[in-house]
Amino acid sequence: MNARVEARGVSVRDRLVDVSVAVAPGEVHALVGPNGSGKSTLLAVLAGDLLPDTGTVLLESESWSRTSARVAARRRALLAQETPLAFPFTVREVVSWGRLPWRGTEATTHDTGVIEAVVAEHGLGELLDRPVTSLSGGERARVHLARVLAQRAPVLLLDEADAALDLAGQAHLDAAIRRRRDAGDAIVIVGHDLGRLAALADSATLLARGRAVGQGSANATLTADALTQAYGVSVSIATAGGRRIFWSEG
Amino acid sequence: MTARLRTAVVLAVLALLLIIAAAAALLVGAADTSSVIITEIRAPRIALTLIVGAGLGISGALLQGTLRNPLADPGIIGVSASAALGAVIAIALGAAIWPAGSTGMPLSGIPWIPALGATLAGVAGMALVLWIARAGSGRTEVVTLVLGGVAVTAFAAALVSVVVAVSDTAGARSTTFWTTGSLALATWPGVWTTLPFLVLALLVAGLVARNLDVLALGDRAAWAAGVDVDRTRLLALAGAVLAVSAGVAVVGVIAFVGLVVPHAVRMLIGPRHGALLAGSALAGALLLLVADTIARTVVSPVELPLGVVTALIGAPVFVVLLRRTRAAQGGWA
Repeated sequence: MNARVEARGVSVRDRLVDVSVAVAPGEVHALVGPNGSGKSTLLAVLAGDLLPDTGTVLLESESWSRTSARVAARRRALLAQETPLAFPFTVREVVSWGRLPWRGTEATTHDTGVIEAVVAEHGLGELLDRPVTSLSGGERARVHLARVLAQRAPVLLLDEADAALDLAGQAHLDAAIRRRRDAGDAIVIVGHDLGRLAALADSATLLARGRAVGQGSANATLTADALTQAYGVSVSIATAGGRRIFWSEG
Repeated sequence: MTARLRTAVVLAVLALLLIIAAAAALLVGAADTSSVIITEIRAPRIALTLIVGAGLGISGALLQGTLRNPLADPGIIGVSASAALGAVIAIALGAAIWPAGSTGMPLSGIPWIPALGATLAGVAGMALVLWIARAGSGRTEVVTLVLGGVAVTAFAAALVSVVVAVSDTAGARSTTFWTTGSLALATWPGVWTTLPFLVLALLVAGLVARNLDVLALGDRAAWAAGVDVDRTRLLALAGAVLAVSAGVAVVGVIAFVGLVVPHAVRMLIGPRHGALLAGSALAGALLLLVADTIARTVVSPVELPLGVVTALIGAPVFVVLLRRTRAAQGGWA
């Protein structure tokens, strides 16, 4: 199947060297690597947030030079690392912003239905009239996830979406990601929790110092040897309950 | 939709209070209520008060929204003082080009030259202070923004004194007039000069209101959500300058109204910019009208400078906001 989002030989000065990645509909792809390895840069390139110095980014096989912000938001949704909301908007208002890219199109007829669906899916019904600034970190994460999913974009890019989440929040996020994958979205996730990423991702790219040092199925890419090389510390892997556990020795 | 009903009620009450206050202000004052005093002195003064007050309210709301900074206000960040400087320079230059009694000046009788000079200088002052306070991601640092505003205000006010001292024409109005503001010299031409700028600012505000909401997410997230962040910010800042500069050219610098009003309105009806901008225009007009009526009646026949009254109301509010913002950010080293 054709890739839904694809980077071909992209380089960004001092940050990314000749990296290619392709994600098909219904595929979850993990970007893994130590801090400063270029994960977030690659995600920004895929999002259209950052133009690569060389190489191309394709969305639905169509070249994606910088389109307008609004058209971009119909094609891909990006959950960026959270910055505090500047004013006390309510949950209802913030989630509804997810529909703004569709203003002036026929899709606005679905606005109410889409918002009700994401609100129900992420358990926000009770919180609708609460200011987002008064919520806990986990609740805020659910609000922003719901807002981004309300965009109904076929490509979903998640930048350390699990950073503020407890175990229940992580399980909720993972379930939401699986549902979007089963619905046919192409999903790229960035994070540091290798065990969760390995369980969730179909494929992975391992980055080190701006280069892709491993790529393929998640199991074949995230090996103890490759991770040890990439992170520069001894990484061990064990299996428990059908899942892999990663740790490093200090 | 109780929230929407509440917003509508608050806006309606503000509008009603404004009408009552304007009618009262028309009749309050020194004993003589001959029709000339009402139509040629009080009526233009009230009209100008409403325009300038609405402009200050909108300007503060646009600045706070686009800079994501609760302490932004055209007076505090130096836009108003820069506009005053532009106005006095334009008056001096205008007098050099078209000396008193000469013909050929377009639209003579309407003070469009100082209004234009004030607007250009307001843009320059805004650009300067944003350059000083730039901290990336569209979020200006609270401290550097305020301190940069202090520096720009002090410098511009000093230059105003210089120009007022050296130019007979610009010296027709005192330095005190420019730095503390007064509506005592309000005329109908002043009203016709400032009104188009306010209308333009209102149109810009309507254009960017929805996108300003989303800007609360931060630049990157707002862009990812489909908002053209650069265009929104540029328009909002332009609207903020348009809303105050011409007013400064006609009535001088009036402090704190732009700071206090959006906060009060946000407490009443929430942060949505569509309603916030409309409410700030109404509340700004109302606050300035009350302040001016106090200024001209409380120690009558002497008139207090308007800026004195707004500072008496606004400065304590500023201190409260400052402490609250500081607490929210965990203190400033």
